[in-house]
Amino acid sequence: MLAAGAGCFALGVLAVAGDGSKAVAKLLTFYRPTGPLSGVSTVAILVWLVGWIMGNRFWREKTVAIRKVSTVAFVLLAVGLLLTFPPFEDLLLGK
Amino acid sequence: MQITVRDLVTMIHGMLFGGFFLMACFGALVLLHRSVISQGPANVTERGRGRERVFLVVMVLLGWAAVLSGAYVVYPWYRAVVPPGVMNLGAYPQRLLMADAHTAGWHTLGMEWKEHVAWMAPMLMTMVAWVMMKYDDAVEEHRRLRSIVAVFAVVAFLAAGVAGEFGALIDKHAPVEGGPVITLERDGK
Repeated sequence: MLAAGAGCFALGVLAVAGDGSKAVAKLLTFYRPTGPLSGVSTVAILVWLVGWIMGNRFWREKTVAIRKVSTVAFVLLAVGLLLTFPPFEDLLLGK
Repeated sequence: MQITVRDLVTMIHGMLFGGFFLMACFGALVLLHRSVISQGPANVTERGRGRERVFLVVMVLLGWAAVLSGAYVVYPWYRAVVPPGVMNLGAYPQRLLMADAHTAGWHTLGMEWKEHVAWMAPMLMTMVAWVMMKYDDAVEEHRRLRSIVAVFAVVAFLAAGVAGEFGALIDKHAPVEGGPVITLERDGK
């Protein structure tokens, strides 16, 4: 759950970064026909998967505070969602 | 009656993968709702549990198929650069939309939002499916977890809905078409 929230947050941050900077956009262009979206999505998925693997490894035998974890996950998801919304993105980038 | 290859692939991306993924997400929401409101373990046979797992796996695969086919097949066609000297923008949907102030918003809002928010749906639903498969026997013990997961599932469903809706509307205004022609019916027969 936390990993999914982190992946969504990473997606939002990278989307804004890619739109805001040509250098970052170039860095995130893993596949030219798709443009920066290829890097944004790939890195976000990696963040999610690595987070999932790490979380599973460290918390498998433990009882976690589900309320805290879910709150953090929700906040990450909400911020990620907001960052992907173009009017908010344009506001952040001063467009 | 004819369509082009790009028409067909775009339709497979949106209506087959995306459409069925949306329907499957709704089915998962119904399953979650049932488990949240039930007063005890659901009386489901082992065979039923197996079918639920197959349903959830297929749902996840549909979601990933939708975003991957969209980003790596349809989206390159959509955003193709117009070669010098070409005046007809029909084969360049993004440029066609941006050429007119009345349609530019379909790209600047619709596509710019859809291309990113769509990825959240399969990520979230993969998590949801995993939780549902892992905790299917522990309804009482994990009821709070299941309620929390249901919220994520609703967000995923809405994200997929936004992507699907804008995809359909963008394709109406600037269709992704081209390539070899497929004849479905000759001369009205």
